[in-house]
Amino acid sequence: MLYFASAVAVTYAFWLVLSGHFTPTLMIIGAVSSVAVVALASRMAVIDREGHPIYLLVRATWYWPWLIWQIIKSGLDVSRIILSPSLPISPTLINVKASQKTVVGVVTYANSITLTPGTVSVEVEDDEITVHAITRDGAMDLAGGDMDRKVTRFEGGAPA
Amino acid sequence: MAVIVDILSWIFLVAGGAFCVIGMIGLIRMPDVFARLHGASVTDTLGAGFIITGLVLQAGLTQVSAKLIIIMGLILLTSPVATHALAQAALHAGIRPKLAHDETGGHIAGAEAGAGEDESSNS
Repeated sequence: MLYFASAVAVTYAFWLVLSGHFTPTLMIIGAVSSVAVVALASRMAVIDREGHPIYLLVRATWYWPWLIWQIIKSGLDVSRIILSPSLPISPTLINVKASQKTVVGVVTYANSITLTPGTVSVEVEDDEITVHAITRDGAMDLAGGDMDRKVTRFEGGAPA
Repeated sequence: MAVIVDILSWIFLVAGGAFCVIGMIGLIRMPDVFARLHGASVTDTLGAGFIITGLVLQAGLTQVSAKLIIIMGLILLTSPVATHALAQAALHAGIRPKLAHDETGGHIAGAEAGAGEDESSNS
């Protein structure tokens, strides 16, 4: 029920931002349609802790800025590799451990790896992620487990 | 003040455009499917990110900015999924990455150990 209410709130906020209409009739229509959309979604059983992870919102305030900083750093690294005439790549395939307990946590970790330029998660299985990295250094950084610990803290578990 | 914001936003827009071009160069220069994805991900993240930041600065505190930020969020959530799907599909299709180092010991997550890994490792 709590998830239903917060999903309606988020959907309605989304509708308001996209429409920009603030006349009473349209706002009521918007409210009715957001309730209808969430009602349909909960009949599909996707409005739960996994499908609507609103509890991550608070911790996202420090995780996302950190992730964006990582993206900028490694993006510049990859750009330097692309632009250097000798193309100094050393493609590496590596398995990393995902210490997250929830599915949302593992997906966040795999997506963060892929989002960071220079590393792509190729295959995910339970708590193991196969990663293709453009340089050996990038792969070793990842194997160091810094991002893994950050994501584990993000999903609310104890830092490993 | 308006001039400073204007200059700043153009710096972001030009940087974003430059990263898009760099990503494209990477796409062309890299040797195989998996390495090419790394080039493309520069366009995805830094290119799109800088351009949208520049556009937000142009739009100021308006509804347009809110929409732009939603678009950025959408890109950040969907592009890794697409990249992962592409990489996984390539692997399942039997394309082996050209590797300088194979640290997996022939084991790929979710696959039976050592299946068909022999010919491309340590090339």
